[in-house]
Amino acid sequence: MKRDQLRVLRTEQLGPYSLVSVERGALDAGTPGQFFMLEAPGRVLPRPMSVCLAPPGELAFLIDPIGPGTRALCALAPGDTIGVLGPLGNGFRLDVERPLLVGGGVGIAPLPFLSEQLGGPPAVLGFRSEWHAEAAALVPNAEVVIEPTYVTDAIPYGHDVLACGPEPMLEAVRALAPDAQLAWEAPMACGYGACYGCAVEIGGEWKRLCIVGPVLAAA
Amino acid sequence: MQLLNASGCLDALTAPDVARALDAFVTKTITPLPRDGNAPVRVAETEHGMLNAIGLANPGREVFLQTLPRLQEVVRVPIWVSVGGFSAEEYAETCNLLDGRDEVASIELNLSCPNVDDAPEAAAEIVAACRAATDLPLFAKLSPAAWDVAETALAVEAAGADGLSLVNTIRGLALDERTLRPTLDRGAGGYSGPALKPMALAVVYACARATSLPIVGMGGVQSGRDALELIAAGASAVALGTVLFADPDAPARVRAELDVERSARGFESVHDARGIAHWTDAGQRTDTHVHVR
Repeated sequence: MKRDQLRVLRTEQLGPYSLVSVERGALDAGTPGQFFMLEAPGRVLPRPMSVCLAPPGELAFLIDPIGPGTRALCALAPGDTIGVLGPLGNGFRLDVERPLLVGGGVGIAPLPFLSEQLGGPPAVLGFRSEWHAEAAALVPNAEVVIEPTYVTDAIPYGHDVLACGPEPMLEAVRALAPDAQLAWEAPMACGYGACYGCAVEIGGEWKRLCIVGPVLAAA
Repeated sequence: MQLLNASGCLDALTAPDVARALDAFVTKTITPLPRDGNAPVRVAETEHGMLNAIGLANPGREVFLQTLPRLQEVVRVPIWVSVGGFSAEEYAETCNLLDGRDEVASIELNLSCPNVDDAPEAAAEIVAACRAATDLPLFAKLSPAAWDVAETALAVEAAGADGLSLVNTIRGLALDERTLRPTLDRGAGGYSGPALKPMALAVVYACARATSLPIVGMGGVQSGRDALELIAAGASAVALGTVLFADPDAPARVRAELDVERSARGFESVHDARGIAHWTDAGQRTDTHVHVR
């Protein structure tokens, strides 16, 4: 487990989202679906973000400014420095035969890196509006659906589904594809098993998502 | 100067390096029976701190005792076991089971968790029952919410406590920005982080005046300067809580910062600063504004 102070290289606007690129420093990029805890300037706790892209020497995170922490992260400027801890948790298994990436909203965050690692498999991405869908440019070979059409209307049969998105979307994907790998989220303070905040119920027991996930088998 | 973690703020098995950077590791509170803890949402950030309502999630004392040898192997620093319960008898039974376990250096009695419903019996009664059950050092962890915590400190000292852990979290509530409903599923939770520091300082200051017990000071420590302030108020050791969530490298950083503070102020040892808040420039102990009967 490594933490480093990383310099912000650039931020790019994609619809409502910001793609924040930092230099990689001493950290490993990890595997797609793993996450990092990003220091949010002026806030007490860091924020968990899955790695979106990992070009040489860099790490990039797709962030939706929905609260004080994510707004502070989206307001970062080139040259600012933040503490970053990771990679944390368990990512997607990459040993799949017919991958199909499924993402909803800012939940597409881990898919660009995943797509790259899997050689650009087909993807189905769902968004609330055309404006939100600007982020789809990050994922090659993607079919984009806009509400009221949902990703579950566009998922073809016979694929190994790897999905990340809002909880109702993941539940719907789980019902369609019981073998899917699903990336979940939960409010967490630390990201490394210390706070017990990110409890999720698995098999009738509360487990820490940061330790057992965030990618879990659907069944 | 000993640096510990606050109970419930570190799992040595998932982050052994962090535990090894401390002088002693304090476990999450252990109760007689396993507890799942509260339903999520369990944590929420506020402007100057955080709320938690974990609810003493733990595997129960039986399973805990089985994992103790492995824990000792992993952490390699002295282990303090935080003990919780819902009656003096429950606390004492756990202390009795820990007595004679050479993995255990000390026991911290959690007399003040804000996240469980059943109010424990009076602190002194619990300490007395535990004192009869074990020869291990007993530290009483008190709430900052009591109006006269120094009286509680005197009572637990008389009941046989060997030290005080000051302070636990204090109850707080956060409302969701959008819905104006409580963010935590449980409603209120335990408030910790930077906002707790002045309260921790006041409690350490009051208890250091009232008793001569060693004090582990905690509450909102983010930096070496914060640690030094607790020591100046009367703490003999310092524990890190919320800061560990944001920065698992905090133990080494706080130590380094504390050393800079020590040297800049001309102290030979950090211990020379202990209790200095209670002294005048002329070296006299000041009259207290803290009333102790």
